[in-house]
Amino acid sequence: MAYFLQQLINGLTLGSIYGLIAIGYTMVYGIIGMINFAHGEIYMIGAFISVITFLVLGELGISYIPLALVVVLLCTMVLTGVWGWTVERIAYRPLRGSFRLAPLISAIGMSIALQNGVQVSQGARVKPIQPIIQGGLTLFHQGDFDVVVSYLQIFILVLTVALMIGFTWLITRTSLGRQQRACEQDRTMAGLVGVNVDRTISMTFVMGAVLASVAGLMVTLQYGVIDFYIGFLAGMKAFTAAVLGGIGSLPGAMLGGLLIGLIESFWSAYFTIEYKDVATFGILVLVLIFRPTGLLGKPEVEKV
Amino acid sequence: MVFQSLARPTDVKVPSDALMEVEHLTMRFGGLTAIDDLSFTARKKEITAIIGPNGAGKTTVFNCLTGFYKPTVGRLTLVHPQKGIHLLERMEGFRIAQQANVARTFQNIRLFPQMTVLENLIVAQHNALMKASAFSLAGLTFLPRYSSAEKEAVELAKYWLNKVGLYDRADWEAGNLPYGDQRRLEICRAMCIRPVLLCLDEPAAGLNPRESLQLNDLLLGIRESEGVGILLIEHDMSVVMEISDHIVVLDHGRKISDGTPEFVRNDPTVIKAYLGEEEDEELPTEVAQDLAGGAA
Repeated sequence: MAYFLQQLINGLTLGSIYGLIAIGYTMVYGIIGMINFAHGEIYMIGAFISVITFLVLGELGISYIPLALVVVLLCTMVLTGVWGWTVERIAYRPLRGSFRLAPLISAIGMSIALQNGVQVSQGARVKPIQPIIQGGLTLFHQGDFDVVVSYLQIFILVLTVALMIGFTWLITRTSLGRQQRACEQDRTMAGLVGVNVDRTISMTFVMGAVLASVAGLMVTLQYGVIDFYIGFLAGMKAFTAAVLGGIGSLPGAMLGGLLIGLIESFWSAYFTIEYKDVATFGILVLVLIFRPTGLLGKPEVEKV
Repeated sequence: MVFQSLARPTDVKVPSDALMEVEHLTMRFGGLTAIDDLSFTARKKEITAIIGPNGAGKTTVFNCLTGFYKPTVGRLTLVHPQKGIHLLERMEGFRIAQQANVARTFQNIRLFPQMTVLENLIVAQHNALMKASAFSLAGLTFLPRYSSAEKEAVELAKYWLNKVGLYDRADWEAGNLPYGDQRRLEICRAMCIRPVLLCLDEPAAGLNPRESLQLNDLLLGIRESEGVGILLIEHDMSVVMEISDHIVVLDHGRKISDGTPEFVRNDPTVIKAYLGEEEDEELPTEVAQDLAGGAA
């Protein structure tokens, strides 16, 4: 029981990270019907920016951790948002209205370019960072097993919930969110009521990048090491999460992320850790066979 | 933007009562000429109908006006009562709605089906909201400026919902409304852009006679009380003849008649276009013989 609970906590933490990345995939898919394969790289860039900001703050001698965290969080979100905007501007917007595969190929190219760009500019070795948030709460003992939720896990979960609330509010209540939903449902019509469709799409990429960058920061804090290649696997898993939840559905992406996180941690705990990715992607195959629209996705109605 | 200044010249001459001046509009798709040298004027506070047989190029005219297509040749001048002259053929699609305030509806209804009725109307007013919320970033901070802009937007939406009797259904999902209500909601949404020119593509299609009559009243009301010019494509002659001030008739992309409903109704070229020439009714002699032989 205690072991199970511990894995549940670990899985939810991991799942939050996947969920945050998955939202970027699902939003972009919803609005322009394209899988942004460079999204995993945006997450990786977010992680790098957070490491660099931590190091800069360390050099400046800011050692008060809550302040450092807030500064790093804001810097990471803003700078990665700019990256997201730039990627959309140079790799996808010129191809809008082109044939369907063009932006997809461009996305794969962008992904390779970003990965190698970071490899060349930052070096191929892993970047370590010393633990920032340490310690934790012991929930209860069972025999000699302690169920611990670390402060870092609390930080990750609370931040995820806060972001989700803010994000839901942005989508459902603000003018920008309304425009995004309008573009998602009928892009040409949105243009005809005066919505600046290009800008709305740019904002979608920025929002996706901001959420992914927070995930990057979380991973940096959680594991303490990053390298230029982390975007690939995390991106694939987040994409799996988005498909599992039903691509195009925002709650679906978060749910998919949590499920993938839980599957991974339980599989590692009760079976073999080497096969955890096989389990994750196996689930993807099963979902695609039995429920192609995902858990919360709506089936596409063919219009006659 | 270079485009912007080109789109709003100051030296264009148009008749003083013109709202929309279409000059030498030609639209070619490869070898097909959908519109051929079309010129007409839609005047302020008037309902101008564009009629013609199927495939005459009516919807193409609308598509050129609202930025869907860039005309091959021609000038589309909109005289905005407050903002002056806009050359629509030089403007990006969304700016035609945003700055020139031209609104349009579709033959096949295009609402945002998964948004509520009210949201559909508020999306159409998002420009004021975006400005008030500093492009949505300040919308996060509950600025009083934003909430007052939002209140105003809801007020305008309510006004139009009341006008077409959809107030009770404001929170319905737009896609779930009955057909006639969707038509009216689409007109409401167009009006929420605060247009100076309203382009309606077959608004009476699929309406029953009673709904058609209501539509007539609504459109006349829009012309009278809002002072909006209406450009109307319609097949239902009971609507066209009843409410139009001015009718333009197209056939195969050319203008064949232009005038008051009375004039157009009696114009022989119009009758010919709709009913065909009498000579056409007679079969060539050989064909007639063939048919007779086959029957025997």
